[in-house]
Amino acid sequence: MTAVQEIVTEAPAIEAVPKRAMTLGAGTSLIVLALLILFPLFVKNFIIFQMTMLLVYGLAVLALNILTGGSGQFSLGQSAFYAVGAYTSAILMEHAGVNYALTLPVAGFVCFLFGFLFGLPALRLSGIYLALATFALATAMPQLLKLGYFEYWTGGVQGLVVTKPDPPEIVQSVLKWSHLKMSQDMWLYYFTLVITIAIYIFSVNLLRSRSGRAFMAIRDNEIAASAMGVDVALYKTLAFGVSAAITGIAGGLGAIAVQFVAPDGYTITLAISLFLGMVVGGVGWLPGSIVGSAFIIFVPNIAEGISKGLSGAVFGVILFLVIFLVPHGARQVAMVAQHLLGRFKKR
Amino acid sequence: MELLTNQILAGIATGAIYACMALAVVMIYQAIDHLNFAQGEMAMFSTFISWQLLQWGLPYWAAFLITLILSFVGGVLIERILFKPLAHAPVLTNVAGFIALFAIINSCAGLIWDFTIKEYPTPFGSAPFLGSQLISTHQAGMIGVTVLLLIALYAFFTYTRVGLAMRAAASVPESARLVGINTSWMIALGWGMAAAIGSIAGMLIAPVVFLEPNMMGGVLIYGFAAAVLGGLTSPFGAVIGGFLVGIIENLAGTYIPGVGNELKLPIALALIITVLVIKPAGLFGRPIVKRV
Amino acid sequence: MSPLLNIKALNAYYGQVQALHGLEFSLNEGTVTTLLGANGAGKTTTLRAICNMVRTSGAIEFDGAPLSNRSTENIVRLGIAHVPQGRGTFTTVTVEENLQLGAITRSKSGVASDIERMYAYFPVLKERRSQQAGTLSGGEQQMLAVARALMLRPRLMLLDEPSFGLAPLIVRDLFNILGKINREDKVTILVVEQNAQLALEIADHAYVIETGRIVMSGKAGEIADNEDVRKSYLGY
Repeated sequence: MTAVQEIVTEAPAIEAVPKRAMTLGAGTSLIVLALLILFPLFVKNFIIFQMTMLLVYGLAVLALNILTGGSGQFSLGQSAFYAVGAYTSAILMEHAGVNYALTLPVAGFVCFLFGFLFGLPALRLSGIYLALATFALATAMPQLLKLGYFEYWTGGVQGLVVTKPDPPEIVQSVLKWSHLKMSQDMWLYYFTLVITIAIYIFSVNLLRSRSGRAFMAIRDNEIAASAMGVDVALYKTLAFGVSAAITGIAGGLGAIAVQFVAPDGYTITLAISLFLGMVVGGVGWLPGSIVGSAFIIFVPNIAEGISKGLSGAVFGVILFLVIFLVPHGARQVAMVAQHLLGRFKKR
Repeated sequence: MELLTNQILAGIATGAIYACMALAVVMIYQAIDHLNFAQGEMAMFSTFISWQLLQWGLPYWAAFLITLILSFVGGVLIERILFKPLAHAPVLTNVAGFIALFAIINSCAGLIWDFTIKEYPTPFGSAPFLGSQLISTHQAGMIGVTVLLLIALYAFFTYTRVGLAMRAAASVPESARLVGINTSWMIALGWGMAAAIGSIAGMLIAPVVFLEPNMMGGVLIYGFAAAVLGGLTSPFGAVIGGFLVGIIENLAGTYIPGVGNELKLPIALALIITVLVIKPAGLFGRPIVKRV
Repeated sequence: MSPLLNIKALNAYYGQVQALHGLEFSLNEGTVTTLLGANGAGKTTTLRAICNMVRTSGAIEFDGAPLSNRSTENIVRLGIAHVPQGRGTFTTVTVEENLQLGAITRSKSGVASDIERMYAYFPVLKERRSQQAGTLSGGEQQMLAVARALMLRPRLMLLDEPSFGLAPLIVRDLFNILGKINREDKVTILVVEQNAQLALEIADHAYVIETGRIVMSGKAGEIADNEDVRKSYLGY
């Protein structure tokens, strides 16, 4: 019927974040860090728990930022990796008695493999097609977790209960000695915070490294990158692997914090939420991950508070307002703030 | 062997649903180069509007026609108010917009008409078609309407000036402006048409899957898959794709062991993606040559 | 007689970069004008500025009416046809549909006969009338682009490097046709060219542009005869 080819010179679908804007400045970073370290001393346990989840989802959004904002691969399947990480931790803890901290590297490694292997067939797909493929993965995962075949390990539809860890012996001794108290929630929060910071630093360095440049070359123009000698296949699958690994660690942390894993906690809704978190935070802007995470945790609650019956609609309206005002996400807000601050300093 | 043919026929019957949805998907893709995730919800909302009109006593075809027109207008309004401002925003931001629209429509439908399942009438009756146990008259009617729609769309694009202008605007927007076409309004028109086609899909599907706010979830995904399988640039491909997806879904459910209802979707998608890996532009799409 | 196109103090910007600096020139109706200059001088930008395809400040008037606040498609509807760089062919529709698209803003009357006229000017297009335009060669697509622009029945035609990538004989044919169109259909032509020699042969008037400014203006014949100018600005 048609022999004519459509010749497409594509503008990159995902825009680049300039290198110097990739992270917060040193001053801002320190302030944020100080806040993150000090605040648990002043709030209730439940809030601490929510902040832990904020960090956990922040990590998952960060992972998506590396994959989509970094290497330009569109994924709606992150919930699958999150689930695998969560279940890996849960199974190791509950069936094999492994210490919770040690389950995380395992979860990361397992998910790295899983992501890398998924990335291989995904090499030939991009854009909408990749979106469909990752969507398929995300919808399949809860069903796979419910399969009777795995029920002994996964706990089937009901899932597994995860034991909440206590602070380790050393920390407990120090606490006794200094007459301070630390709840399980508080310990878990600091534990998560340390891991989050470590992964954040790793990610920033990754994106600044040669591999990071390879990712971004691929994102901006795959053909040109390949012509320049970038091993596109290797870096694309690597990006999937790294992203999956970080998401898996987040999943593990999430499982420990929530004390529970079940198939219906890891549906496509989670994947879509993570995607929205990435957009709201600013695609490819790593510090925005936490803003995105805050959005997906708190705004649905706010929406429900405003109107129980129309909570979805309120959420949608708030989302629209955000993307109308700042189409580029929190990064745009940061840039405006930086600009204003610069002008203020000049006076 | 008979099981196979039966399953294939049954697949074609269910596939008519996906074919219709896929037409709407291709329509919007032609206009805006992306897939609108909220399209299923728009179709669902349209169907509820027609249901409401029927509840108020209008005859079926009057309700159908009014809904068609309202859907067209609605599609245009949604584009003008919500998505025109995002025209210069990044693609992913637009996708977030579709998701937001999805949430808004779904929630509003739930509030206005609640989540209980409702029956929706078919103008074709549900007797067995030509005596066959596999295809009901309604399903035959669906296939018929889908084919008619396809022909109408083909005629529109090929023989009318507006259709030509739309094709041009989708093909090379800058050149389209240089011949005086208002590409912005072409996009609005595309949205309106996609909404109208979606409403037809919804009104045909509702008798089968029953009317409730979440009825289009699975259908939309299969519609996307069908459109992609057929080649996003080809309405004909979309329809064939729809039938194929129906068949694949049925066969996967019947022949692959351990595949219950829940795994049908991912398996079907996996099969479709396998096809795409081999033929990236879909079965009937134009091969896309990427230039640096 | 006031000029058909009048450009005053035109600045054009691509993002933060300013490409045109206070450009000024005018075209009289019925003339062929050529805009010459090296790569990156701003020739294409000038044409794009006239059609409001790039951010500008300054005044552009067409037949007394200001153009700056109109959208591209509305400017085209005033009677300005633009044959862009790279031709901008609608590759996925047929040759004949491309021609129909050129006339899409006109009423249906006269379109069919105009298409026949285009086929008379460019017989090779008639041969390929039902072919997908993307399958045509570069030269054929250029002819198609010019024909499409003519289908608008424009008062002013802007051409951006029509000779680019074409074999010399085809270019010669094309320019002959452009001259004919100017004389017979009274179409004012502004042609941007790197091939200065060729452009000066059909032009009445010439401007030379360098880094976004007009540096020279004069009758085409005089510029062509002026060896110093040719060597400094036009490279031959």
